Amino acid sequence: MTSYALRRLLIAIPTVFLIVGLSFVLMHTAPGGPFDADAALEPAVVANLRAAYDLDKPLLEQFVIYAGRAMRGEFGPSIVYPDRTVTQIIATGLPVSLRLGLTALTLATLIGGTLGIVGALKRNSAADYAVMTVAMTGIAVPSFVLAPLLTLLFGVTLRLLPIATLEPSGSLARTYPWLGPYVPYIMPVIALMLPQVAVIARLSRAAMIEVLNQAYIRTARAKGLTENRVVTRHALRAALLPVVSYLGPAVASVVTGAVVVEQIFQLPGMGRFFIQGALNRDYPVVLGIVIVFAGAVVLMNLVVDLLYGVLDPKVRVDQ
Amino acid sequence: MATPLLDVRDLKVHFPVRGGLFSRTRLSLKAVDGVSFQVAAGESLGIVGESGCGKSTLGRAVLQLIPATAGKVVWLGQDLGALDAAQMRERRSDLQVVFQDPISSLNPRMTVGDSIAEPLATAHPGMDRTSLRKRVLEALGQVGLPLDSYARYPHEFSGGQAQRIAIARAIIVQPKLVVCDEPVSALDVSIQAQIVGLLKRLQRETGMALIFISHDLSVVRYLCHRVMVLYLGRKMEEADRDSLFARPAHPYTQALIAAVPVADPVLAKARAAEVLPGDLPSPLHPPSGCVFRTRCPKAQDLCAAEIPAWREPSPGRGVACHFPDA
Repeated sequence: MTSYALRRLLIAIPTVFLIVGLSFVLMHTAPGGPFDADAALEPAVVANLRAAYDLDKPLLEQFVIYAGRAMRGEFGPSIVYPDRTVTQIIATGLPVSLRLGLTALTLATLIGGTLGIVGALKRNSAADYAVMTVAMTGIAVPSFVLAPLLTLLFGVTLRLLPIATLEPSGSLARTYPWLGPYVPYIMPVIALMLPQVAVIARLSRAAMIEVLNQAYIRTARAKGLTENRVVTRHALRAALLPVVSYLGPAVASVVTGAVVVEQIFQLPGMGRFFIQGALNRDYPVVLGIVIVFAGAVVLMNLVVDLLYGVLDPKVRVDQ
Repeated sequence: MATPLLDVRDLKVHFPVRGGLFSRTRLSLKAVDGVSFQVAAGESLGIVGESGCGKSTLGRAVLQLIPATAGKVVWLGQDLGALDAAQMRERRSDLQVVFQDPISSLNPRMTVGDSIAEPLATAHPGMDRTSLRKRVLEALGQVGLPLDSYARYPHEFSGGQAQRIAIARAIIVQPKLVVCDEPVSALDVSIQAQIVGLLKRLQRETGMALIFISHDLSVVRYLCHRVMVLYLGRKMEEADRDSLFARPAHPYTQALIAAVPVADPVLAKARAAEVLPGDLPSPLHPPSGCVFRTRCPKAQDLCAAEIPAWREPSPGRGVACHFPDA
């Protein structure tokens, strides 16, 4: 299993390399550049600046220079904020994004999985229909619609939660001061997780229904097991397999979702720096964040594949 | 017969079927329609009939895996249908089952040892792991599987081996009755013989009773003491094995026996004409009177008008036909 993981990590290197290369080309083919400001600079100044950042060299050469530095872990300074390196920007943004993303993903898995299994066990009951309604709503309503609605209800009307700030304002934080650090994350997490809750609930419900129709579930009942034991010992593991395999793509959609959600709630995470970087044509910032995001997705897919080997004896990961 | 182990009285299993998307009429599919029989301790009863005649439904209703619509399943004087789920679970170690498709009836994510141990651990919650393991290894030996099967997973086994695992799982709780629901239909003929031989040996050794559901008369003839013939959810004939095969009274039994392939081509040609015409009628709209009359060579007006009563022309033999062969 260790050698398999190492091999997968080796394969991940060209994958990330390819992603960075494509992003590099896309960024540079986009019109405009980092020095297009409202106040036009002297052409000579711009030329000097471009030379300082190697932007006057052919694209391929620029990429070779960048890739060489990136492999040594040097992502360079930001072009727009020259006093900060990309590494520093990532270091400020990553904790915020990780807190947001991991909380959303963990809660989505727990809530979505529970909802789906309850729906499957009480199939065609009121509870099941309620679960499916939540799921359909979650799929139909995108984060950028849900986020303003949440803000309007909990922030503006009820004044329960802070709006677009990391300050613990709002009545909830005043009533329960210990909630202070978490309060700003409540709405972003809800907005980010709901689509994932929806997908995971549907996946686990469908999987559970299928598993419950398997012949070995009938065998388990014939053995004299209680219904609880039948579900927990025989059905659950199989029903969670599709959810586990969805966690890889889920990381990708949480990452992209976080870009939108962080922007709306003004959270200083990687998503916000990413958007600002893209708008400012701040090439090193965008590419640095792309590497982190790509690394996260690749890593999560590896974790999922390893988990698969644990959950399903037919899958051998050491071959 | 003294107090029978199992006494099934007028058992009915009807499934409601919606007539159509906009139809309000509710039909009921009479999968099992008033079947009675008894099984004595240590006896093996064969239940035969075509696909769709209600054999498997009957077996599952006896085990309370599906609810009966009417009638009683009396186990050692106790009506199983009247028990609640918890009481029924306590009875489960007496009544075990072996299903048709051996591989899919095993949990693919559990080792064979755990699968076999589970009924025992459920019946005896206090049993420690060492004695559980010992009993599982004994059971593996009894069904002729290598002891290293314990830690393997079902997908590593062939169909015949998987059926041995299923049998080990069934016998480990020392049941008084095992319902075998077409246990060999999914297997190669050579493997069938091994499994049937194994069941016969185990029955002799443990004294358990068997209900053997099959459409294969030759297997039933080899294994069973008594045979019951079902058609469209009703009992057509029941008799001791030897008398049933020697002198089948019901035209349907005669047709079934005639349909068993013979190795001699001359004989086979001579018998070709006796094959039953037509298909099994829909159990949603069974024929009036005798359900077999639409395919019966002897059918007359009486057969359409009246359901033939169950009669017992000689001890150990019963038949539901207006014109049985004596």
